[in-house]
Amino acid sequence: MASEIAGEGIGARVRRKEDARHLLGRGRFVGDIQMPGLLEVAFLRSPVAHGRIRSLGKPQGQEDAVFFWSDMAGIEPIVTRSSLPGYKLSAYYPLSHEKVRYVGEGIAMCVAASRAEAEDLAEAVSLDIEELPAVTDSEAGKAADSALVHEEWGDNLCLVTDFDSGIEAVAKTAPVKVVREYKTARQCMHPMEGKGLVAYWDFQADQLVVITSTQVPHLIRTGLSECLGLDQSRVRVSPPDVGGGFGYKCLLQPEEVAVAWLAMTRKGAYRWVEDRREHLVAGANARQHHYKVTAYADERGRLLGLDAEINVDIGAYSVWPFSACLEAAQAGGNLPGPYDFRAYRARTYSVATNKPPFAPYRGVARPGVCFAIELTIDAIARAVGREPADVRAENLVQAAQMPYTNVTNKHYDSGDYPGSLAKAREMIGLAAIRERQKGREADGRRIGVGFATYTEQSAHGTKVFAAWGLPLVPGFEQATVKLLADGTLEVRAGIHTIGQGLETTLAQVANQVLGIPLKDIQVKLGDTASTPYSTGAYASRGIVMAGGAVSKSATELAGRVKRLAAHLLQCKPEDVDFRDGRIHAGEASLSFGDIGKAWYLRPETLPDDIDTNGLEVTQGYKPKVDSGVFSYATHAALVAVDPETGMVEILDYVIVEDCGQMVNPMIVEGQAYGGAAQGVGTALFEESPYDAAGQPLASTLIDYLLPGPTELPGFRIGHMETLSPYSAHGIKGVGEGGAIAPAGAIVNAINDALRELGAEIGEIPATPERILNAIFAAQPAQAAE
Amino acid sequence: MKPAAFDYSKPADLAAALHALSDDAKPIAGGQSLTPMLNLRLARPSALVDIRRQAELLRIAESSDAIRYGAALPHAAFEDGAVPDGSKGMMRHVAGGIAYRAVRNRGTIGGSLAHADPAADWISSLLALDARVIVRGVKGETAYPIDSFMLGGFTTVLGPGELVVGVSVPRLSPSARWAYYKICRKTGEFAKAISAVVSDPDRGVFRLVCGAIEAVPFLLQARDAEAAAAEIDARLGDHSPAARQLYKTAVRRAMESLA
Repeated sequence: MASEIAGEGIGARVRRKEDARHLLGRGRFVGDIQMPGLLEVAFLRSPVAHGRIRSLGKPQGQEDAVFFWSDMAGIEPIVTRSSLPGYKLSAYYPLSHEKVRYVGEGIAMCVAASRAEAEDLAEAVSLDIEELPAVTDSEAGKAADSALVHEEWGDNLCLVTDFDSGIEAVAKTAPVKVVREYKTARQCMHPMEGKGLVAYWDFQADQLVVITSTQVPHLIRTGLSECLGLDQSRVRVSPPDVGGGFGYKCLLQPEEVAVAWLAMTRKGAYRWVEDRREHLVAGANARQHHYKVTAYADERGRLLGLDAEINVDIGAYSVWPFSACLEAAQAGGNLPGPYDFRAYRARTYSVATNKPPFAPYRGVARPGVCFAIELTIDAIARAVGREPADVRAENLVQAAQMPYTNVTNKHYDSGDYPGSLAKAREMIGLAAIRERQKGREADGRRIGVGFATYTEQSAHGTKVFAAWGLPLVPGFEQATVKLLADGTLEVRAGIHTIGQGLETTLAQVANQVLGIPLKDIQVKLGDTASTPYSTGAYASRGIVMAGGAVSKSATELAGRVKRLAAHLLQCKPEDVDFRDGRIHAGEASLSFGDIGKAWYLRPETLPDDIDTNGLEVTQGYKPKVDSGVFSYATHAALVAVDPETGMVEILDYVIVEDCGQMVNPMIVEGQAYGGAAQGVGTALFEESPYDAAGQPLASTLIDYLLPGPTELPGFRIGHMETLSPYSAHGIKGVGEGGAIAPAGAIVNAINDALRELGAEIGEIPATPERILNAIFAAQPAQAAE
Repeated sequence: MKPAAFDYSKPADLAAALHALSDDAKPIAGGQSLTPMLNLRLARPSALVDIRRQAELLRIAESSDAIRYGAALPHAAFEDGAVPDGSKGMMRHVAGGIAYRAVRNRGTIGGSLAHADPAADWISSLLALDARVIVRGVKGETAYPIDSFMLGGFTTVLGPGELVVGVSVPRLSPSARWAYYKICRKTGEFAKAISAVVSDPDRGVFRLVCGAIEAVPFLLQARDAEAAAAEIDARLGDHSPAARQLYKTAVRRAMESLA
């Protein structure tokens, strides 16, 4: 079913254009940049989770190398507005103002010739903080007597949302009721390259230039301009190579504002590079949800209604531009998942705590909601005594129902969700596993199998975001294509490449339209000085939006090329076609270089009525709907659980995904594997715990476990390809999906393995301790031993 | 995460190195534990004394009943079988499971002992092997059993001007058996539980170690898994039931693989 197209266009499995420089260590990341007089920045960060700053003192003789908020006159804090009713504003200062609200919050910015010396300076700053009680738990933070992160709020609730399609009738009559509580851990996103930037003043352009590791360069220009009070025309954001984003680099970071302020006011060049400890302690966090779910079903396990309360532990401030409330809005809106039912009630609480701010991470809330709904489906199946895969299949939106608008008004455009489950079931070998489970494993372990099916809303647009009233509302996407005099092609788009292969896939889209070989196509992304506006790379929108824009611009360029070729070949434009990288009309043919040469170098050969718009085209694109195009997948995991140690090994892992038309199957697979690897981290390893005082307990990678190659299974992938009716070429986004399902699939498999022991877990990561405690709880005698 | 300033010296011989080791100076060999501590500024020596290439610390001395290994030998030398073995392969096995190969290439046996991370592999395995840590100071050499050398987590008897120069490991009898079992959540991670056991009836030796307990690993008196479990409950009563379960399981599985 999957297309394996020859050539280099859409659907071709070609190697990535960007790989050579990365494999040879020739990428240009923030840390690689060399510049005369470049100074390094280190931040003094708060040692306490909550406190009032009594006094701050600069080291004697070094006053001009150390900066506090009080030095930054005229600068605005980061304030993220939202039109959601009841949403409370927080002012996130680039350097702390009066109070600190999490361990790691920046207090002083220190500048020196080297990072080590800048850290020396940070140590020499004198700091007196009156410590205040910290809020460290979302449930406790809701209590009336809780300490307050922001006193002026009166409580810790940044936002409470309610959705209710009517649950009462179902609640009264449903024969089966399943009640569960689920918790997902706080995580850090850990891009290989942390956050970082170089900022300097360009006197020739009379501009602040910010070379920042970001997913959203054009947005950062807007955000910096607002905070710094500098005209947008005098801010250029020029992103370098970016070593992974995952949402973390979607944010305007306080450090970004502070370092840009240095460059703007001192007119020098400054760099800050986040180190791993800063990322773990001070970087924006993700994923921490707490669910209380009641599900109603019939005797066959058909889901009739869902009633949920969801806490999101949003940390201390609302990040710009996505705010602290996008997560809860997405959680409440997406919990129904790929399932067909109409009775749904959800209340969400976005609870401020004394932890780093919360940011959307690959999948945005959906890894949490997928975990919650998928465990619930299995719990229902156990309650009615049926095979979970059967119960899941019957509850999914069926292919014949497409397009389907669900209870929270998500418009699923196309696909065969039960088909992906059936294929995953076959690939993992469910029947054989059920047979195997009847016997005993030779090593004493217990095996279990679990499934998770999800939808991934990709490239959702204007109306969806406008409903949240955020500073960011994506509209159209534009791209420029320019045929040069020698027949090579330049493609420029304002979205940025963060490792997802856009330099290749956008070139493939251009190749599809024009036939110009990939080696002759240069893709330039992200620089605000040379690319059309784009809100950036997030929400699995890149290939749908920028791909659509490149397709549209290239199509317009194709028409112009054909008209020029028709003149040169003395034929009609409609007789011209592109083949094998050349331009043909009957027996005659031209190269793209012939066209470029005629236009740029020999205009005297062209007719007087020539279209003077030339060979550079910028056009905009928007899919037919802006409610998004929905990719989906089913993940299936086979695990072995050691009931004596609580250790889990993933024996097999299957992904069956459908992202519509694949532009490059190899890149789709890379996205699926990379996302799933992060999902394995969510399921089994990653956790940023905090103690009661708000101190982070995982401040190095000794304590924060990331899965490595030996912890990851050999993912096996199956493709389905249902084209979206709404997007150019039928493409759907696929950047996030891999990360969504693993926790649901793996923990369902663990619970399947523990079933005979009467044990069940609902909290991730599924550490040996949590699994052992669940086993102990099921066998009280053993726990007392 | 950059270290505070320090002086660096690479003395010509061991005497000069010992002389250079004062209160504020730290020896560095592989640096696989010290370098992160420096970067986190948890260790703040005024000076580092580089002992990595000291010939005496790379020397191996064999006698009829023991082998003495220089402290600066890297884990990889044991893993690769590049040094003589009197442990019937136990040290080679243990070395091959330390962290990652990159760490094993640089990290040294003496450095691991001196760092005294309770979850480290050498501490527990060498306790089972009844090895002696050779410490040299200005007054000469002292040989410590592991559980006398290590005073607690990350704490040893080492004083200013003292250096681990080697470790002496008794040779096992031909009939001896050993087992080593550790529980890690991921490859290369420090262990959650370790058990090492050496049974050498010809020498009248049976040593069963419970390790990675956030303190000095200890020798169990028990000779079977059930008694060991009771002993672990008694000695580690302040640990959670789940943690104790891991120690008991590690010990039982070590015993089982010995059998």
